[in-house]
Amino acid sequence: MIRMQVWWQSDVMWSFRHSPVALGSFIVVAVLLLGAVFAPLIAPHDPFNPATLNLMNGFTAPGAPNAFTGETFILGTDDQGRDVFSTILYGMRISLFVGFAAVALGMLIGITAGLVAGYRGGWTETIIMRVADVQLTFPAILVAMLIFGIAKGFTPVEYRNEMAIWVLIIAIGLSDWVQFARVVRGATLVEKQKEYVQAAQLIGRSGFAIMLRHILPNVMSPVLVIATISLALAIIAEATLSFLGVGAPPTQPSLGTLIRIGQGFLFSGEWWILFFPACTLLALALSVNLLGDWLRDALNPKLR
Amino acid sequence: MTLLDIQALSVAFPTRRQTFVAVDNADLNVEPGEIHGLVGESGAGKSTIGAAVMGLLERPGRITDGTISLQGDAISGLDRAAMQALRGQRISMIFQDPLTSLNPLFTVREQLTETISTHLDVTDAEANQRAIDLLTRVGIPEPELRIDQYPHQFSGGMRQRVVIALALCSEPEVIIADEPTTALDVSIQAQILDLIKELARERQVGVILITHDMGVIADTTDRVTVMYQGEVVESGPTAQVMGDPKHEYTQSLIAAVPRPTVKMHRFPQVSYGGRETAFAIEDLARNWDKPQVDRAKPLYQIEGLTKRFLKKGSLIPSQRQFMTAVDRVSFDVMQGEVFGIVGESGSGKSTIARMIAGLYRSDGGSIRFDGQETHTLGDDYRRQIQMIFQDPYSSLNPRMRVDQIIAEPAKHHGILAGQALKDRVDELLDRVGLGKEAGLKFAHEFSGGQRQRISIARALATQPRFLICDEPTSALDVSIQAQILNILKDLQEHLNLTMLFISHDLPVVRQMCDRVMVMRNGQLVELQETEALFAKPQQPYTQELLSLMPRLDALKAAPSV
Amino acid sequence: MGGRLLNYIIRRVFQSVLVLLVVGLVAFSMFRFVGDPVDNMLGQERTDADIERLRAVLGLDQPFPVQYWKFLQGAIDGNFGVSYRQGRPVSEIIVERLPATLELAMVSGFLAIMVGIILGVYTAIRRDGWGSNVIMTVSLIGVSLPTFLIGILLIYLFSVELDLLPSFGRGEVTHLGWWSTGLLTASGLKAIILPAITLGLYQMTLIMRLVRAEMLEVLRQDYVRFARARGLSERVVNFRHALKNTLVPVITVTGLQLGSIIAFAIITETVFQWPGVGLLFINAIQFVDIPVMAAYLMLISVMFVGINLAVDLLYVAIDPRLRGEAS
Repeated sequence: MIRMQVWWQSDVMWSFRHSPVALGSFIVVAVLLLGAVFAPLIAPHDPFNPATLNLMNGFTAPGAPNAFTGETFILGTDDQGRDVFSTILYGMRISLFVGFAAVALGMLIGITAGLVAGYRGGWTETIIMRVADVQLTFPAILVAMLIFGIAKGFTPVEYRNEMAIWVLIIAIGLSDWVQFARVVRGATLVEKQKEYVQAAQLIGRSGFAIMLRHILPNVMSPVLVIATISLALAIIAEATLSFLGVGAPPTQPSLGTLIRIGQGFLFSGEWWILFFPACTLLALALSVNLLGDWLRDALNPKLR
Repeated sequence: MTLLDIQALSVAFPTRRQTFVAVDNADLNVEPGEIHGLVGESGAGKSTIGAAVMGLLERPGRITDGTISLQGDAISGLDRAAMQALRGQRISMIFQDPLTSLNPLFTVREQLTETISTHLDVTDAEANQRAIDLLTRVGIPEPELRIDQYPHQFSGGMRQRVVIALALCSEPEVIIADEPTTALDVSIQAQILDLIKELARERQVGVILITHDMGVIADTTDRVTVMYQGEVVESGPTAQVMGDPKHEYTQSLIAAVPRPTVKMHRFPQVSYGGRETAFAIEDLARNWDKPQVDRAKPLYQIEGLTKRFLKKGSLIPSQRQFMTAVDRVSFDVMQGEVFGIVGESGSGKSTIARMIAGLYRSDGGSIRFDGQETHTLGDDYRRQIQMIFQDPYSSLNPRMRVDQIIAEPAKHHGILAGQALKDRVDELLDRVGLGKEAGLKFAHEFSGGQRQRISIARALATQPRFLICDEPTSALDVSIQAQILNILKDLQEHLNLTMLFISHDLPVVRQMCDRVMVMRNGQLVELQETEALFAKPQQPYTQELLSLMPRLDALKAAPSV
Repeated sequence: MGGRLLNYIIRRVFQSVLVLLVVGLVAFSMFRFVGDPVDNMLGQERTDADIERLRAVLGLDQPFPVQYWKFLQGAIDGNFGVSYRQGRPVSEIIVERLPATLELAMVSGFLAIMVGIILGVYTAIRRDGWGSNVIMTVSLIGVSLPTFLIGILLIYLFSVELDLLPSFGRGEVTHLGWWSTGLLTASGLKAIILPAITLGLYQMTLIMRLVRAEMLEVLRQDYVRFARARGLSERVVNFRHALKNTLVPVITVTGLQLGSIIAFAIITETVFQWPGVGLLFINAIQFVDIPVMAAYLMLISVMFVGINLAVDLLYVAIDPRLRGEAS
């Protein structure tokens, strides 16, 4: 109870409660997240069940009744009569799942590599950081594409669609571990010099225990900031790959796939098929970025 | 007319929870050619006064009251442009750390001529000539050659001379020197202070010398102002304030300064402000399994100890370059004694401690504990040694609760567990004077002195025989230093501990140690009984070090305790 | 002094060659082990004879070392074999398309660096002004908007609604030897505007935010406070002392950003149907056209490594501490 109060009164929470931007973006992220998680309950239609689709409903404008069936769709329908609102909810599920899973993967690899490189030093560090440097030379999106391309080559044709989501996660996750590794290594080098680490070494604790129990908790603040920003980047990367047609397949459309589909109809007047998924993607990425920006300032009092 | 006159100055830093008053109604004045010392412990507000005079207060700090006048003209409340015209021109500043106060990407010439041209109406040639003259004046050899070098090519002391040259560019009337020698070794410190003294006399510059060091005040300043928690408590001629302090705080502060000349049984403690908490040594000693000590027998026998650090790595072993930090050092540490190691930075004293503690692997020689090589002993050995570190802020893990920190060694060695361990932690917290409630807090909720007590509790949890103290008080204010040193003395006497005490501070070493080893550049210079070393140093280097100790004769004699 | 500098340069060149060898190995492994191009090219209805014939044509029937040797030889000569999809030599296709990508990358890179540095310095110096706040907020939208959306948005505005600029292609190109340029004709210039903005915008926001962060960090340093305490003007402090120190880390990241521009060109080229190597690459991925993928990988690694080497040398020029003249 007291701990809760201390937490609520802490500088970070205070800055959160007094920052309209942070509060606003938190609410947006929370609403979108809930919408994605509870999509099956909220969505008026199941866009993946062909039985519920009526081609007659195709190209219904938002809010207006369909000329043939008289049905009304809040955000309109696409060419196949799928409810755009429902496809967005389900698309967000894919986008967010890929985003979170990819960041988790990148974080796991990056933190481990960074801790080991920073703490062990020597050849281990040289090798890990050289690999990181080389990979950093290549932009993450390109690395993700390459991994996607290679993995696609390995998967049998008939499984490609099913595996696409997992391949995406691995591709994006493997492409952004370097950020975490660099930051964690840098912070570990600083923490390693501190005397509390020597105090732990003195009593004979193992390197593993020191890294996990002593250093890791002390390098988590910058990791948190990077994780937030990486989440936005991962969501954008997924959308970009899907837009380019090397990501989520049309059978499991993410926001990026929806935009790819909608692009074709923008110039013929059916703007809503592109517009609403694009807005959702922007709202999601922007709010996560704003949260990350706020978090970085809040955790770094020097910047105030 | 008074050169610089500060009247009733108040500076406040509004923060989210409350407004912090850093300086409260402070008066201070400086005459031409005078060095005015501004002394106080951390948080006293002395640096804030310096920044306020320069108009360089960090946001959100601001002057809330009072006036600052230069030659009778008020300068507090001037606008930005007017203040900028004043800075460097009439008031200059010298910062603490010469390593960070020079721009690394510009040569010394560029930085000097740029500053000269800003303030004086001179041609390029004249600016260059003046720059060389200034370097000559601050004692930089071969100024024509060195002026085209970059700051990283100068040593720390030389850099501080360049900083002083930069501060002198336009013949300022006032120089504010904020801890100008704190980052330097004693030998360099004396040279820089002499230079400041000469310049003040020669050019009739008024200097405000901000420091925490009573020795610097006593040796360098004409007048002194003592601050405590933002307020001026006492001001007057240095000899008078040091020799016959009127204010209770000044009295206890001066009493707590370790004297190089006499050995005291215990340090007088600062009682002002009620910061003292008892340390229950007798209670602790009652439950302690005291080791038998025989002062004639060595606990450690160290022979030919060597440590090299890689300076420049290479794939080819013969291309690697090493720096020898410790070079074939041999000595014994007797059971139950306090063995001191002194030396300047880079002398290898901490490296020796870390090799004994098993934190570094030696590159040669042997360390024997009770007759056995330490690296063959493992956990059994580690349980018997503990260490108190220099920095109370970094030696405690900020993400662990205090009770977890204290319990960790005993838990790791499997000495205690469960309720017994909890009881032990509570007892230790009580004994070091923090109370067992302290165990539920995190380290950042404590002051520097309290944190050092937590460190001591952690060190005692495994009932060690041997305690390494690596500059245990160099990061603490003098009043707190006295408390902690007294605690260490108590521990050593009552618990039969053997102690390795490392310090760069000779007066402290004299108070603490039975025998002292002097080191320089990784080599043993001299090893003697403490009193013999201070009375009759044998080696020229030791003699030089001793001669550089601040002469604290001016200070009021310490009351015997 | 000269010896150590030379040593440094040699070491960097050596490292660059090492990186290229590693990338070459990845590219070759892709070639050799990823998927079965024959599967991809022939589809479901294939005969054993078809497969055999194709394998022989592509050189896939030869033993591993022979293929490896051929790959290395080829890579040095710029010969990466025959595209599985188009059936033409990869090098021919790439040479044909390279100028388009390079032109686009250079125009937008120039745009991103210039505008990015200026805005970054501005927002750092006036960090609480309303102008900075507006720029920072807009930049965050810029970072959150995927490149392809910016492209679509620009096309919709300037091509569909206003009908001012073309929405796809390079316009009319002039041939100068093997190089083709769109910068010499009016239609070519018009055609590059939208893609260049699309491609440069994201990099610009990144560079701007980086410059701002570094500059704020530098402005907190002691030597900047000391420069102020010496009475140097704000202009000198900001643009001489602070900016030069800011540039040291900025140069590294900017170098990486230039590399990114070439990679991000893939997206822009897809949106604008810009006939460059990026579009070629994305099609290669979709059809698992390994020779094209490998060649593209080798090509841009050479570019990246070259850029990085240039950045390292620039670094030495700016920072005297790296020139290794110790006292």
